[in-house]
Formats: sequence, C-alpha cells, structure tokens
Amino acid sequence: MSIQLTSNWLGTQRTGSDHRSIAPLSSKRGHAMTRTSQEINDLAEASYEYGFSTDLDTDIAPPGLTEDTVRLISAKKDEPDWLLQWRLKAFEAWQGMTEPDWAKLEIAPIDYQALSYWAAPKQKPVLDSMDDVDPEIRDMFDKLGIPLHEQKMLSNVAVDAIVDSVSVTTTFKATLAEAGVIFCSFSEAVQDHPELVREHLGSVVPVRDNYFAALNSAVFSDGSFCYIPSGVRCPMELSTYFRINSQNTGQFERTLIIAEDDAHVSYLEGCTAPQRDENQLHAAVVELVAKDRAEIKYSTVQNWYPGDENGVGGIYNFVTKRGRAHTDAKISWTQVETGSAITWKYPSVILQGDRSIGEFYSVALSSKRQQADTGSKMIHIGADTTSSIISKGISTGRGQNTYRGLVKVMRSAENARNYTQCDSLLLSSDCGAHTIPYIEVKNPTAKVEHEASTSTVGEDQLYYCRQRGMTEEDAMSMIVNGFCREVFDELPMEFAVEAQRLLSVSLEGSVG
Amino acid sequence: MLMVENLSTSIGGTPILEGLDLSVGAGEVHAIMGPNGSGKSTFAHALAGRDGYEIGGTATLDGVDLLAMDPEARAAAGLFIGFQYPVEIPGVNNMYFLRTALNSVRRARGEEEIGARDFLAVAREAMELVEMKKDFLNRSVNAGFSGGEKKRNEILQMAIMRPRLALLDETDSGLDIDALQIIAAGVNSLRSPERSVVIITHYQRLLDYIKPDVVHVLVGGRIVDSGDHTLAHYLEDHGYANFVNHDPDSAPGRPLTGTAS
Ligand SMILES: Nc1ncnc2c1ncn2[C@@H]1O[C@H](COP(=O)(O)OP(=O)(O)O)[C@@H](O)[C@H]1O
Ligand SMILES: [Mg+2]
Repeated sequence: MSIQLTSNWLGTQRTGSDHRSIAPLSSKRGHAMTRTSQEINDLAEASYEYGFSTDLDTDIAPPGLTEDTVRLISAKKDEPDWLLQWRLKAFEAWQGMTEPDWAKLEIAPIDYQALSYWAAPKQKPVLDSMDDVDPEIRDMFDKLGIPLHEQKMLSNVAVDAIVDSVSVTTTFKATLAEAGVIFCSFSEAVQDHPELVREHLGSVVPVRDNYFAALNSAVFSDGSFCYIPSGVRCPMELSTYFRINSQNTGQFERTLIIAEDDAHVSYLEGCTAPQRDENQLHAAVVELVAKDRAEIKYSTVQNWYPGDENGVGGIYNFVTKRGRAHTDAKISWTQVETGSAITWKYPSVILQGDRSIGEFYSVALSSKRQQADTGSKMIHIGADTTSSIISKGISTGRGQNTYRGLVKVMRSAENARNYTQCDSLLLSSDCGAHTIPYIEVKNPTAKVEHEASTSTVGEDQLYYCRQRGMTEEDAMSMIVNGFCREVFDELPMEFAVEAQRLLSVSLEGSVG
Repeated sequence: MLMVENLSTSIGGTPILEGLDLSVGAGEVHAIMGPNGSGKSTFAHALAGRDGYEIGGTATLDGVDLLAMDPEARAAAGLFIGFQYPVEIPGVNNMYFLRTALNSVRRARGEEEIGARDFLAVAREAMELVEMKKDFLNRSVNAGFSGGEKKRNEILQMAIMRPRLALLDETDSGLDIDALQIIAAGVNSLRSPERSVVIITHYQRLLDYIKPDVVHVLVGGRIVDSGDHTLAHYLEDHGYANFVNHDPDSAPGRPLTGTAS
C-alpha cells in the first residue's frame, strides 16, 4: 500500500525547523512557569494553522429548522420522493426526542433554530473535469495540502472533498470504476445508484437511534458513498476530506460504505475547520456494511478547530459511527481525535455474523478546554465473535477526557471474546481522565477482559531524554507518541506520520 | 576538560554535596568510589542539570560553564551520563530514540542530521561493541529490559553519542562477569585522547578491566581523597570506615599513593 499525501494535509505543517525555533525551556525549576503569557499564546495560536476561512461565494439557506427546511434541502438536491419521506420521518422523530445528557460533557445550549442547514459553495453545476473546480476551492485545498488535480496527484489515494455541506470533487473516479468500485458523493449516489442507497441507508444506524442521528437523517446534505463489489480488493485508499467553511452552519454529512462478500476497502477521513468564536455543530452519521468475509478499515484523523484556552469557539463533534459485520467479516475503526471543542463519538461494531471481528483503536487528546467523551460499542450477536478496544486518552491544559465503552454479549454469542484496554495519560494538574466501561454479558461462555491504567509523563522520562540532547518539547512529544504507539501502528503509514505530527503540534505549549 | 570547583548541591534544602572539587583531563579515566548515599549519583545529576537541585560553585566542560545551561545543551556540549537507573519509555522504538538523541545534539552543534539509513550503519557498529542482538533496536527504550540489558543500552548510547565526557553511574552494578567484561571492553574501545570517562562504582572489580588514571573517594558530599588505581584495592580491602567522619587530610592507615591530576 502506498499513499503519498503531501505532508500538511491534516493540518500539521507547523513542525520541522519552525517547530524547533521555540525557545528552549530553562531547567531551573519554576522558570518554565514564568514563560510570558504572550509566548504561551503564540504557541497555542500557532498550533491551529488551519484556522483560515476562504471567501467563497456561498449559497446559504436562512437559519431555522422546520419541515420546510427539510423539503428545501431535498428539493435543492433533486431527491426522489422516498428519500424526502425518509427525511421527514426522521424529522418527526427528532422533534420528539431530547438531547442525550448522560455523557460527561458540559455543553452550552444549542439553538437549533439559529443554525443554517444548507450551505453550498456556488459553482458551475456540472464538472466535466477536475479543471472545472472553482479555482478558489482548489486554492483552499492547496492551502490545506490536498491536491484535487488528478494529474498533479502522485498519490494512490482517491479523494472526495466536502466543503460545508457539498462534495466539490471526487478524484480518480475512472480508475476506481475499472475495478467496479463506486466512490462518489452521497448526492451522486442518490441519483446514480438509488437502489443501493435505498437498501442500506439507515440499515445500521436507524433514524431514531439517537438525537443527533435523527437530526442528521432529516437534514444531511452530502457525504461520501463507497461500494465495493464482491471479491474486489479496492485498488487504492479511499479518502474523504471534510472542511467546514461557512459561519453559523451545521455540517451534517452522511457516509455509507458497502463491502460485498469478500471485498476489501481501506477508507480515510480527515477534518479541519476555520477558527471562529462561536461553536459550530457537526453531526455526522457513518454506516458500514461488511458482508460475508469482507473487510472494512476506517481511519479518522480529526482536527476540527478545538476552540481557544478560554473555551471560546470550536466544533461540536457529535457523531454516530457504526458498522455491521456479517459472517467472517471484519470491521476496524481507528481514530485520532485531536480537535473539536466537544467530541461525542462511539464508533461501534455489530458483530452479527459468526466469527466476525470488530476492532477499535483510538487516540483522543483533550487540551485547552476541550472535552471528549468517546469510546466504542461492541455488540456480539454471532458465535465465536471477537472484538478488541484499545483506547488511549491524553488530557492536558484543562481538557477532560472520558472513555465510555459498551461490550454487549447477547445470548446467541457463544464463545464471544472481548479485550479492552484503556490507558489515560495526564499531562497537567487541571485536566481530567475518566474511564466508564459498561459490560453486559448474557452468555456464560463469553470471555471479556478489561484493563485500565492512568499515568503521567514522568519527570524522570523527560530528564532522561533531555540528558540525551532532546528539548523538553521534543521529549514530551516523543513520550506521548510512544504512549499512542499501538494505535498509530494501525494507521496507514503516511497517516501515522501525520497523526504523530498532529499530536506533537497539539501538545505544543503543554510542557512546564 | 572537566573542572569542578567547590560544587555544592542541596535537594529540598538538605545539603548533599558540600564543596566538591574535581578535575579531569582530556583522555583520562577517573573513578569515583564512595559508600551508599554519599552523593555520587547526585554529583552526576548536578552536572547533567536535573530539575530541583540547588547548586553552588562552578563546573566547566572545555571551559564552558555547564551550570548555566539546560540539560539538553549540556548534552550537546558533550556531557553524557550513564544512568544508574535507566528510564523506561514504553512505545518509543530504541532505534528511533537513539537517532533522535544523536540528531538533537548534532543539530544543536550546527552539524548535519543523519538519515535513517546512515544511522543504521552507525548503530550496527555500536551494537557490535556491546555485543547486542539486532532485535534490541526494535524494542521500546528500556521497557522490559533486564538489568544487564539496560546497562548495556547505556553503553550503546554512549558509543553512538560519542561524548566528550562520559559519567557512568554504577554501570557495573548487578552485572554478571560476562556482562561486566563486555561493558568494560565497550568503554575501553571508546577511550581516546579526546574523550574522558568518570566511572562511579562501589566495587574495584570493574576497575580490573578499565584501569583508571585516578581514583577518588567521595564521602559526605566531598572528594576526601584521590590516588592511583591502588586506592581502589585499598578501599576494597578496608572499606570507607577510615574516611567517614574524619578530616580527609588526616585519614590514617593508608599508604600514600599517587595524587590527583
Ligand atoms: N530527590 C531527592 N530528594 C531528597 N534526597 C535525595 C534525593 N536524591 C538523593 N537524595 C539523598 O541524597 C543522598 C545522596 O544520594 P545519592 O547521590 O543517590 O547517593 P549515591 O549515589 O552515592 O548512593 C542520599 O542521602 C539520598 O537519600
Ligand atoms: Mg547512586
């Protein structure tokens, strides 16, 4: 597997010599504490360099959410009636639901009527080739380091780029089509492959699943769609890049990945957003269907704007991700979550078929005033099903990090196995880490193991590294990256390198 | 090369070192011996710049004031400590750690960094010196290493860092005779006119393999006596009793040996 994204594609460019120019911290105790707040501000600000917004000519619906809004979205997208009805049903369900309050999160009230539910960059409606992409959008992605020009792309990654609510381009379509792989925006899939969408949409995450999933089902605007036919190993990594650009808009993408019998696919998603003072809502739904012996590997590196030190601004990342694994199928979630003001996210696997496998590997970093309540759910239904959960939570600044996970073994799941390991790393005195595992076992043959640890980066570790010539910042990021090793090892190689850089950048200023 | 004058160190207000003097010339090997708790490790950490130490006096390496620098700058100036208790860093690949360390000091000195491929050659050579198995490089730094492996890893790091001054803190403790010989051979092969070594040890055993130019006795936070390698044998036979609670100038019962340089 070879992927060669340009190095800054996840918002992690600020490394290298630039990164090293930070004044070395003095060894004298107390001196580190007296670094001017200006210096600290510089570090903190420098660490989110994707905070720019692009002045795109955008088509935005007026704020507010009513049945008419849902109809407007559906009409804008020229959707078939069944889909409009599906949305309306979801909207009705949502109206009768309340926001979940069980997570260990402090969420400022969200005024759903103050948001705009449709924002699309205005551009030529039909793209004959990549050259037709609006130059301003192309520039924006260039700035982010994501090449949308197929001829400029050396990499073996097909990219679907989504700005605000709309997919602006999908690359490498032709190459994929040869293999029979469909990779396109969700809207296109609705037009071109309605039968596939209709069969699977909501089959893993039903509209009433939860408050945010219901909201998404009513107003989702776009997202990515992948279909891998029977026996096909997808010839390249599939990747979706999400960018929130407009102000006061929610982003509600919908992703659906279907791997037929014996199909294989590895899918990557990356996210950034401009730096803004108000919170922005991102409520996505991802559904994965892995048929018999199929394998889906889904990797996320999430770097939405986290807000500032005082908790002003930042993305509310309320996401529902779930996969259904049929007989002998395998679904693997890997996530590196460093951004967002609030993360509420529990990628899950329904282990439906016998011998199916579910995996969850997670690194979640909470710094500044970030709050993360994240984990996984593994639902064992089939016999001899196996799941593993490796969660690494890092808290610094005044960040709060909660692992919340459910392992459920149904009566039918003979010989189910789960191994869960939750490690927390605390880097400051004002941060918090919490581990909340739920285990429900209805079959006595199940073996469920849970291990948890909490540690700090030892002074002695930092000192050891510094005696070997490393700066305190470099030492810290090396030690923290070591802590995350098992998760990074699961990422495709280039992504792992980016994830490490991202983590290092996110940690800048958290030493001392 | 190393000049330490009237060095004092307190930890949390408790004095540990009080007026320590030591001078080590280029290419020399010195040994520091002393009873448990006499301040040997504290001396190493004071030179290396560990946090939380209140320091007085002076210490220079090649005329450069060590005490004014951050630990990493002292490393870049050529100071290397072989830790008595090497620290475990889970998940950090040993090879990556070593390369980062080497490149950190190279960068600080304005030298070019070494790429992964060239480094592998450097590492291989150093590994042979301490007779290490290849898989050693791919394990996490010191994590799950045996006591002997940890000590060998320190010498491996020394061989890669090629410091001006290496201070080896009880690198011999807990080693069997084979491991001891490997380590001694490693250190001996790194002896050069440009490199000085200070060996902190309890036992003269190691000094049978690495012959020191000067042996110092550290008691009560000071160097109370210095002599040639026969001093180590004397200490082995008689212990430190004669040095404890005595004025060093009137330490009795020991034949005069060579003097410190
Ligand atoms: N961090 C510390 N805080 C308080 N006392 C310490 C600390 N480190 C060392 N000491 C004390 O300093 C003295 C010297 O210790 P050390 O330098 O480790 O001795 P040695 O290496 O010669 O055995 C001992 O009495 C020890 O208890
Ligand atoms: Mg000691």
